[in-house]
Amino acid sequence: MAKAATDRPNRPELLCPAGTPAALRTAVDAGADAVYCGLARRSNVRNFPGLNFLPDEFLEGVDYAHAHGAKVLMATNTFPPGDDLKDWTETIDIAAEAGADAAIIADIGVAAYAAEKHPDLRLHLSVQAGAASPEAIRFYTEHFNVKRVVLPRILTIAEIRKLKSEIDCELESFIFGNVGMMAEGRCALTSYVTGVSTNMDGMCSPPSHVRYEEGPDGSMSSVLGDITIDCVGPNEKAGYPTICKGRYWNSAHTEPYYAFDEPNTLNIANLLPELIEAGVTALKIEGRQRSRAYVREVVAAYRHAVDNILAGRDPDLANLVALTEGRGETKGAYASKRWR
Amino acid sequence: MTARINLGPLFFHWPSDQMVDFYARIADEADIDTVYLGEVICSKRIALFEKQYDAMRERLLRGGKKVVFSTLAEVAVTLDRKHVKAICERENDEIEANDASALTLLKGRPFRIGQLFNCYNIATLDYLVKLGATHVTVPVEMRAAGIAALAKRANEHGIGTEVQVFGRAPLALSIRCYAARARDRQKDNCQFVCNEEPDGLDLHTLDNGRFLTINGIQTLSRHFLSLAGEVTQLMEMGVTHLRLSPHTGDMVKVAAAFRRLVDGHVTADEAQAALNEAQPDAVFSNGFFHKMPGRERVGTLA
Amino acid sequence: MPTFLPLVLRTVPLFVLQAALDRIVSNIHRQRPRLFARMGEASKKAILIDPVDMPFVVRMLPDNVTPDMRAYRRGNSPAADAQIRGTFAGLFKMLDTQLDGDALFFSRDVKVTGDLEVVVALRNALDDVDGSIATDVAELFGPPGAVFLSFMRHRGERLAHG
Repeated sequence: MAKAATDRPNRPELLCPAGTPAALRTAVDAGADAVYCGLARRSNVRNFPGLNFLPDEFLEGVDYAHAHGAKVLMATNTFPPGDDLKDWTETIDIAAEAGADAAIIADIGVAAYAAEKHPDLRLHLSVQAGAASPEAIRFYTEHFNVKRVVLPRILTIAEIRKLKSEIDCELESFIFGNVGMMAEGRCALTSYVTGVSTNMDGMCSPPSHVRYEEGPDGSMSSVLGDITIDCVGPNEKAGYPTICKGRYWNSAHTEPYYAFDEPNTLNIANLLPELIEAGVTALKIEGRQRSRAYVREVVAAYRHAVDNILAGRDPDLANLVALTEGRGETKGAYASKRWR
Repeated sequence: MTARINLGPLFFHWPSDQMVDFYARIADEADIDTVYLGEVICSKRIALFEKQYDAMRERLLRGGKKVVFSTLAEVAVTLDRKHVKAICERENDEIEANDASALTLLKGRPFRIGQLFNCYNIATLDYLVKLGATHVTVPVEMRAAGIAALAKRANEHGIGTEVQVFGRAPLALSIRCYAARARDRQKDNCQFVCNEEPDGLDLHTLDNGRFLTINGIQTLSRHFLSLAGEVTQLMEMGVTHLRLSPHTGDMVKVAAAFRRLVDGHVTADEAQAALNEAQPDAVFSNGFFHKMPGRERVGTLA
Repeated sequence: MPTFLPLVLRTVPLFVLQAALDRIVSNIHRQRPRLFARMGEASKKAILIDPVDMPFVVRMLPDNVTPDMRAYRRGNSPAADAQIRGTFAGLFKMLDTQLDGDALFFSRDVKVTGDLEVVVALRNALDDVDGSIATDVAELFGPPGAVFLSFMRHRGERLAHG
């Protein structure tokens, strides 16, 4: 049953994003223990143009990673609509055939298919499944033999520690990257504005619906569909328009404000020792849509920090704090309930 | 084939008296088949009206309604878990599960699949039917093709299919409370400010466009969903139940409009005109069904 | 500051520039067969590349079968689905995948208008290129290319740190 929370932490897996085959090689070379990636289709939630893997590229990626001692996880983390399941079942088949080390699933139907057709394929529960309670996690471990759950970014470290003591499954936690404000897998905001569904089509804020509009005063508006998400002054950077990172106003707050959250980068470098001690098995870096240069830099910095923590050395966290490139940074829910 | 009219769970935080009065009127006057009770959004609110549930349930049963209890949609902290457990322990009531934790607690019992439970496809439906699902409400962003496939499969399983046809569309959930944030407060000391807006707090864009609606940790559409124009199609697909989501407008009138539409006594245009009257100021949309942005209005309804 | 290289570009006749572009495109297509394929549907769209400090613009068709880059005099710009505007140095940095394109992409140094999908697809596809297209192109033109690349990178660094 449940493991005692006092167990010595094992060596956690540093799990890194690979939006392209080149990014996969970059992450592996920079010290990733494992990478996660998806096929160029709706079955993964970063289904952006120009990104992701063709089946052949995925096979080559698995070979490359395995040859260098790293694992590859196949993101299959969206929800097939109706009876239109082929993209998803094929993704699971390809993951199994390529010898992927796990498939990350969110949908119950996809999980059932994988568990039945490929019982040897290890399953991880995606953050898109939004399982944050012992009972919810137990549903997936008992029914589909899920071995690891990716935690929604909503729990404090104290809550993660308590959760770990109540379940019999590995925990994976995000440590760095863009934090979506809404519960993953349960957000139809993009669908409401663009008609492209994050859950069914695999895109949040699809670039096909994004526009930047320069005002006569030199201001720059970022627009998604017909909706102005934010507007910045003449010399400010205009961010990519994500609905939950936009500025709005209402009768209780008549000055425009970030009604959901500031467009910050999650960076819990300072909490890393505590998170490892709490029993988190895999430390996940977000950013499959980010460049190779970003992957190289963030992975190398976190590799260094994790190794230092495990060796009992000073983790040199200042280095990691600098990674947010001058953007605001947040510890999200991890540090305190007050964030909610 | 005809369809029944159901009243989904109330998303908003209404003062206890208002809620009791509302369900009393529904019990006495509304032509509705099944009423879903239970707090699905915020476990903090529950203590404020928990004691009223049994009285509301009795009243609805006396009014000839079926009553189903819905579970909380986002379950993380101890209070959330406690509430889901309490609902799942109602042995004499049907339960609608809105997250996987309820399925673990309902093991061995029949259950309904809630609107906020991600049941997007027939493979998921098949699996849940094996576990005892007796009814499914499809996710709000589902397109016509997906609804048709789910309804067909549900019919093959001999279970009901429900689609929301009226009310603001539930779009997102978060751990953070946006009603509190709008007042520069945090969730832990929210002082239940979400009860100040009975249909939610409307959010405007920088260029004054009406966009979304905040309801505590939930975000809904600013527009009201209306599938009055699609009811015939829904019934042809085999959808058995139409869900109305409770709002401050005249829900008895809304229910009557859909009842008459389903029975063929009024046209879709006439039904829509009744909805416009029942919920004045509402802007209606139906985009999701047509694979368009959810906020768009497709078709010619007035 | 040695500005003679961009100066040369500014005065080069259009037909000479076009010959260079043809060579560049066919070389990229041959050396990097997956680049344009990676763009999927978006590769059917045209991008106007507009180096604002040059007298010319370039229309790019990233089509997987028949990719094309065509130079036009400024003021004679053809229609395109998306436009990328920036200084020659800024645009060069975007092409040179040694650097993090993200930071630049959303900065005000480079402005993207029109259909963002094709631009994002191109950026993502470029990021999958091992090595650098800029290096490929430089090599294509021998020692003058190497001098030019070194100059542009050096200048890029100075811009980044200055």
